[in-house]
Amino acid sequence: MSETVHAPLVEMRDIEKHFGPVIALNGVSFDVRPGECHCLLGDNGAGKSTFIKTMSGVHKPTRGTILFEGREMNFDSPRDAMIAGIATVYQDLAMIPLMSVTRNFWMGREPVKRLGPFRFMDFKTANTVTMEEMRKMGINLRSPDQAVGTLSGGERQTVAIARAVYFGAKVLILDEPTSALGVRQTANVLSTIDKVRKAGIAVVFITHNVRHALAVGDRFTVLNRGKTLGTAQRGQITPEELQDLMAGGQEMVALEGSLGGTV
Amino acid sequence: MSSTGAVADERIRKTSRLRTALVRPELGAIVGVIAVFLFFIVFAGDSGMFNPQGVLNWSTVSAQFVIIAVGACMLMIAGEFDLSVGSMIGFAGMSIAIISVTLAWPVWVAILLTFAICISIGALTGTIVVRTGLPSFIVSLAFLFILRGFTIFFPQTIERRTIIGGISDRAAGDWLAPFFGGKVGGPFFAWLGDQGIIAVFERGTRAGQPVVEGIPMLIVWALLLVVMAHIVLTKTKFGNWVFASGGDAQAARYVGVPVARVKILMFMLTAFCACVFATCQVMEFGSAGADRGLLKEFEAIIAVVIGGALLTGGYGSVIGAALGAIIFGVVQQGLFFAGVESSLFRVFLGVILLFAVILNTYIRRIITGER
Repeated sequence: MSETVHAPLVEMRDIEKHFGPVIALNGVSFDVRPGECHCLLGDNGAGKSTFIKTMSGVHKPTRGTILFEGREMNFDSPRDAMIAGIATVYQDLAMIPLMSVTRNFWMGREPVKRLGPFRFMDFKTANTVTMEEMRKMGINLRSPDQAVGTLSGGERQTVAIARAVYFGAKVLILDEPTSALGVRQTANVLSTIDKVRKAGIAVVFITHNVRHALAVGDRFTVLNRGKTLGTAQRGQITPEELQDLMAGGQEMVALEGSLGGTV
Repeated sequence: MSSTGAVADERIRKTSRLRTALVRPELGAIVGVIAVFLFFIVFAGDSGMFNPQGVLNWSTVSAQFVIIAVGACMLMIAGEFDLSVGSMIGFAGMSIAIISVTLAWPVWVAILLTFAICISIGALTGTIVVRTGLPSFIVSLAFLFILRGFTIFFPQTIERRTIIGGISDRAAGDWLAPFFGGKVGGPFFAWLGDQGIIAVFERGTRAGQPVVEGIPMLIVWALLLVVMAHIVLTKTKFGNWVFASGGDAQAARYVGVPVARVKILMFMLTAFCACVFATCQVMEFGSAGADRGLLKEFEAIIAVVIGGALLTGGYGSVIGAALGAIIFGVVQQGLFFAGVESSLFRVFLGVILLFAVILNTYIRRIITGER
């Protein structure tokens, strides 16, 4: 998968983002191709969130260009980016726990059937499609009426990912999808990411966990203090090197020594 | 819903049917309705509460509660409150009285104008809530005072009194008034009387007429509102938006649900319901009083909570709210039939509210899996 011949789907060139006197991003370049999982790594405060918000249309870059399918794009809102095919799955804002899986899945894009002058939500179609899409992602729901609140954190992420994929996302931005999950759930989400990538979707996987990134990533870009520290191909970099890059080098080496290389 | 033949996952714990049945917003209210009826059948069964007049009596009172509960329910599911319902009822009634009696305009003009004014006020409340992001509790509390103040101020200033009568005379022959003050099914009840199925008056000016002349429009409105609201909430796209707006406004906005519009529309619906209540009441009494509708906002909210809706929004049922309202109507009138001091009604309200909230919290934990 690493040798993708496609042109980049999204290409961001020398992106700068200033919030008043604070320079959150200072010349970030990043691209992602169809069928590729490009991991964006960085420690807290590195600018990961600002960067994905710029990519998903929440923020406008102060300087720099965003190319989408080769054309320069200016997203005015997340909705614009979504319509273009850039879907973002936020860690906490994905789902409404009190509502059923079906209602969540179709929220904002409910299928409608006509009955005379009235238009009703087509629950039959909605339920069937939801169950089918969830099964494709490896989750067997008890019933499509099941409240999202009864699902585990990993399953919720999966519902959100399945939803984005079903509604035609070309680029899927995952904001720390594994950071709050247990081992088994993390494995499930990672395998979902793998499935999505194999379906030809470009995945941007934001994380600060090197292990999770290496498990599914094709390329790795490290962000530190608002700058990219370079992009590496799969197989060209070791976990230790990635960890070093993220933490900014020397101090981490010393720290790791004292912790016996377990971080 | 339809079963889709998914391969069962052996890790998924089977849930008992009982537990599935428990996790319904209406459960508490259904149990409550049964309990209340059993209680009064035992203690007031021979008091006339369950003869045609008695049934009509508590049905009418229940229908009043139902009308305002429907609006409050939809609004609460959308994540907001309206504490100005009671004041709105007084305000709407007074508006109809002043326009039709003092200004001597036709009653239908008075009704339509009042609806327009009240729904606009509802829209204003909603817009303020949505734009400022303030809790609707505070914004509608402000309107509770503003509207009640005007309801007293206008008749005082214009007519030097706080009760305006004479609406019945003005409403005679009006085409719109019967939709609120009329009764339906007159011939049917006359036939029932002739057949001896229901009692007829034996003497007086109405001798030979059935004791129940028809079903008040108030009850028709209540049924209509419940059915419409239930269908919209559970079967339509808009209903899904209502749940989403109350469940998590930010998540809903993120997938393109017009949360602001949904919430404002629900404030307008609440105002509409208050207005229906007021119009029916004014047409029935033939007068408007400045103190009408006192505490109705809380009664509506209690009915909705008994009906299983969560105060935090995103969960609830119109059917449940209607059942909650019926519990109210039956108990309020039932205590009268049973010869119990009516002040105990308030004690009952408080106690049942407490039970309902505790039960709801428990149900919420089951649904969301919180511990």
